[in-house]
Amino acid sequence: MTAEKTAETTSQAEAPAGHDLLRLENIGVRLGGRQILTGVSFTVAPGQFTGLIGPNGAGKTTLLRVILGLTPPTEGRVLLNGSPRPRHGGRLIGYVPQKLAIDQDVPLRARDVVALGIDGHKLGFPLPSAKRKDQVNEALRAVGAESYADARIGELSGGEQQRVLIAHALIGKPKLLLLDEPLANLDLKSEQGIVSVLARLAREQRIAVLISAHDLNPLLRETDTVVYVAGGRAAAGPTDEVIRTEVLSALYGSHVDVLNVRGRIIVIAGDEQQEPQAHHPTDTGVIIGLDRN
Amino acid sequence: MGHFFSYIVEPGLLSSGPVRTALLVGTVVAVTSGVVGVLTVIRGQSFAGHSLADVATTGGAGAFLAGLNQFWGFLIAGVAGAAIMELIGVQRRRGRDVATGVVLGAALGGAALFLYLGTQTSSTTGASFTILFGSMFVISPDTVPALIASGVVALAVIAVLSRVLLLTSLSPELAAARGVPVRAVGIAYLVALAVAVSLSAVVIGAVLSTALLIGPAATSLRVAKRPSRAMLAAALIGTAATWLGILLAYDSYYWPPAGHGWPVSFFVVALVVVGYLLSYVRRPRRDRRARVAGQAQEEAPTQEAGACSPA
Repeated sequence: MTAEKTAETTSQAEAPAGHDLLRLENIGVRLGGRQILTGVSFTVAPGQFTGLIGPNGAGKTTLLRVILGLTPPTEGRVLLNGSPRPRHGGRLIGYVPQKLAIDQDVPLRARDVVALGIDGHKLGFPLPSAKRKDQVNEALRAVGAESYADARIGELSGGEQQRVLIAHALIGKPKLLLLDEPLANLDLKSEQGIVSVLARLAREQRIAVLISAHDLNPLLRETDTVVYVAGGRAAAGPTDEVIRTEVLSALYGSHVDVLNVRGRIIVIAGDEQQEPQAHHPTDTGVIIGLDRN
Repeated sequence: MGHFFSYIVEPGLLSSGPVRTALLVGTVVAVTSGVVGVLTVIRGQSFAGHSLADVATTGGAGAFLAGLNQFWGFLIAGVAGAAIMELIGVQRRRGRDVATGVVLGAALGGAALFLYLGTQTSSTTGASFTILFGSMFVISPDTVPALIASGVVALAVIAVLSRVLLLTSLSPELAAARGVPVRAVGIAYLVALAVAVSLSAVVIGAVLSTALLIGPAATSLRVAKRPSRAMLAAALIGTAATWLGILLAYDSYYWPPAGHGWPVSFFVVALVVVGYLLSYVRRPRRDRRARVAGQAQEEAPTQEAGACSPA
C-alpha cells in the first residue's frame, strides 16, 4: 500500500513542466492605494500539496482572491490549465472559505451544504434523485464526515465544518482546491485530520491543494512545496529550499534566522511591519517548525 | 358535539363576504410571510424586515393622505426602502444595520406627519388604526387580485433563487467564487421581503407585520431540519394562526367590553407567540445525539490517514 503510494507520488513529480495546473505570472495587486503584492510568480502541478504560508496580513487571502477571480490583479496574469482564468465560476477550482456566516439554528444539514456544491449557484430548486444522494454520500465519505451527515451544520465543530466544506468543494470535481486558513482555531487533532484528508485527496485523486496558513507546522508532513508570502512578495519552491535564512531574509527585508533544532526548523523573523501575534510562541516573530519524522 | 361546534364557529362565519376575503388574503399572506421569513431568519436580516415595516408604515400613511389604497403605499415605500438600504449599506452586516437604522428614524417621522394630516383632513381616526394595526375584515375586494399576484411574485422570486440564497447565506465569498452575483441576489431578496412585509401590513397592520414574518419562521426553524420543510412549516403555522385569529375575532363580537369584537391582529400575533413558546416545550433531541456520534468517530479517519502517510 505504502509502496504504491510512493510510486504514484514519484510519477506526479515527473509530470512535464509544460502542464502546470495553475500558473501565476508576476502578479501585482494594489488595493486602495496600497501595494499589497508585488511580482508574485509560482506554479502548481496536478496532485501537488502546496502550503501558502506567511504571517497574518501578508496578503495570502488577497492572493487566493486573485486566483479565484474575485480580485483582479493590477499586474501579471493567472493561467489555469494554460489559459487565462474565466472571470467567474470555473469549476476547475474548489474553494473552501475560512468559516461560515451562519447561526446554529439554520436548518441545513451537513449533507445539504455538500449538495449545494453540485448546483448551489444555479437558479430554481433541485429535485431529489438517487444519483444526487450518491454523489453527496461519496463526497462525505471522502472527507470522513459520514457520521455527522445529518447534523445541522451550525452545530458542528470547526474541524467538522471544515470537512463538510471540503466535501462541498470536492463534489464539483475540481482540479484545484483552495483553502483559506482552514486550520485557524482548530485543535491539534482536528488540524491533523484535515491535513491528512487533503493529502489523501492530492495523492489519490490528483487534486492540487493550495492551503493558506500562518503556521507551516501542521502542514509539514504532507506539503511538497511552499509559497512563502511576506512583505508583499513571495518565494516559492520545495520547502527545504524556501525555508532558508537567505530566502526569507530577502522576503522580509530584514535578517531572519532559520534554526534547526532536533529535526525541527524554527524561523524567527523579527519584523516591525507585521502585526504582533500574541497567540504565537514568541511575540516578536514567526516560528515555523519543520518536523520530518 | 354539533352544539359545541356551532359555539366555536359562529353560524354564518363562512357565508360572510368579508370573512371569506379575510381567509383568502390571510392565507396568501401567511404563506408568503412564512416562506420569505425563513430566509430572513437564516440570513440574519430580521432587523431589515422590521425596518421595511416601518418604511411601509410611512407609505401606507402617505397613501391614506393621498386617498390611495394603502397596499400600494406599503408596497412602493417598502421596495424603495429596500433599494435605499441596499445602496447605503455596504456589504458588511454591521454596516447594513447602521444604514437601516438611519432610514428607519426618518420613515417613522414621516408616518407620524402623514397620519396626523390625514386624520385632520378626513376626520377619520379608524384609518390610522387600520394602517398601524390592520383590519382584515375591511380589505377591499378590488385589491384581492393584486394582493394574490404580489404574493405569487414574491414566492416565485424565492423559488427561483432558493439555492443561490442559501449559498450566499452560507458564505458570500464562496458564492462569489462560484460566480453568483451576490449583490443582485441580495437586492432581489430584499424586494421579496418588501412585498411580504407589505402584504403582512395589509392583514395585521404595518406595525405588527413582522410578527407574521418572523414568528412562524422562528418557530419552524426550531423544529425543521431542512430549509424546504422549515418554509412549509412556517407557511402552515402562519396560516393556522391567521385562520384561528379570524375565527376568534369573529367570535369575539359579543365579548366585553364594547361588544364590537376584538381586532384580528391581536389574535393572530398572540397565536404566533403561543406557537413560538410551544416550540420551546418540545424540541427534537436527534441533533445532539448525531453530534455526539460524530465526535466519537472524528478520530477514526485521522488515524487511518495517518497510517497511510509515508514513514
